[in-house]
Amino acid sequence: MAKQVVIIGGGVAGTIIANGLCRQIKSELASGAVTITMIGDTDKHMYQPGLLYVPFGKMRESELYRDQRKVLDKKVAFFVDAAKNIDVEAKRVTTASGKTYTYDYLVIATGSRIRPDTIPGMSEGAHWFYDLEGARKLRDALNDFQGGKVVINVNAPHKCPVAPVEITLMLREFFVAKGVMDKTEITYTYPIGRLHGLEPVANWAVPEFQKHGIKSETFFNTKAVDPQAKTITSEEGVTLPYDLLITIPPHSGSQVIIDSKLGAGGWVPTNKQTLLREGSDNVFIVGDTTNIPISKAGSTAHFEADTVVDNLSSLLKEQRWSRNYDGKVYCFIETGLTTGTYIMFNYTTPPNPGPPSAMVHWLKLGYNRMYWLSARGLL
Amino acid sequence: MSEKTIVDARGAFCPGPLMELIATLKNIAIGDEVDVWSTDKGSVTDIPEWCKKVKHECVGVVEQQGYWSVLVRKAK
Repeated sequence: MAKQVVIIGGGVAGTIIANGLCRQIKSELASGAVTITMIGDTDKHMYQPGLLYVPFGKMRESELYRDQRKVLDKKVAFFVDAAKNIDVEAKRVTTASGKTYTYDYLVIATGSRIRPDTIPGMSEGAHWFYDLEGARKLRDALNDFQGGKVVINVNAPHKCPVAPVEITLMLREFFVAKGVMDKTEITYTYPIGRLHGLEPVANWAVPEFQKHGIKSETFFNTKAVDPQAKTITSEEGVTLPYDLLITIPPHSGSQVIIDSKLGAGGWVPTNKQTLLREGSDNVFIVGDTTNIPISKAGSTAHFEADTVVDNLSSLLKEQRWSRNYDGKVYCFIETGLTTGTYIMFNYTTPPNPGPPSAMVHWLKLGYNRMYWLSARGLL
Repeated sequence: MSEKTIVDARGAFCPGPLMELIATLKNIAIGDEVDVWSTDKGSVTDIPEWCKKVKHECVGVVEQQGYWSVLVRKAK
């Protein structure tokens, strides 16, 4: 009887695991000893970090997408049929079409989603760039913008923790180039008492913001947006007026996680080293889906996925554990439209962002193209 | 009977203990508690300061072996 590996979710983590496994267990797949099945909810694969560039007209929508079937190794059985229930006791996944998939090993990579609907007035009054529709609307708003008060509002939890700093610095350069910065005031809000969750990034951002006259309001957790009055108010009691509100909305995990009672908010309790679901020895959790107190980011998903590939292939081939995840994360940070820096850290080593340079910016632009090699398990 | 959720943010550089607390409070009922474990001494002041601002109750801060336990009760 073949060992069945089922992967739920065709984002960065699920795809790297599927393709990486195909490279590691070629003979087992060829002999029929192992099968790999992916269940996704779309036939397209999106390069989500590219959304940051769409509002500035620096990346075209078509560049964000590939057909998921073409990104996946042919040996992966791929079905567009959203998972509706995951029963980890019965080792069974039920989908929207009513099909049932049983498994020996399950990988849950269902990701996160933006929830502007959880804050009164946010959907109506705010712009964002964390999905394509939002990025399109923000692109139009930036084209129309002729100066005024811009509020960049960050909510918790959210994925891609450096994106708020990036969009702030990129916007400033965009407004300078457009000739409206002298009529514009940018205010950045953040939920805790500094500019970023990572203290070294927060410390680095302070002089960057000061240099460019960007204001900030810390300890700002959004209570409500009033689209008519054009104001945003925090739980802490501060109200800011805006002409253009750009929010990083709060996120939640996938509905199937909540409906299957696998974790509050859609975040699955996960061992931060093994990436196994707490209480399971055959269910791996990767990417944004975990409740691990670590950045929800494509980079995190990528390095977690590499660990899962090593462990799943060792378990399937040799019935042994391979290695633990060390918390590795590497993120590029755009510091404007022509410069960038990066951070790298793990569970024991804090990040230390260096001075911005044009070279790192070009490296990031290069990675925007090379991502498809990562998704294929080659980079 | 209130429930207690443990947030083990020891060694967490990003997004950090207070961000984890804010995220967790969104998923629990009023009266339930969150016990944040942090190796960042800043949490000892950051978390009570934020609780005071937004009117959640910081029940207590206890130094454990190598980390701090900060207990917060959701008040609204």
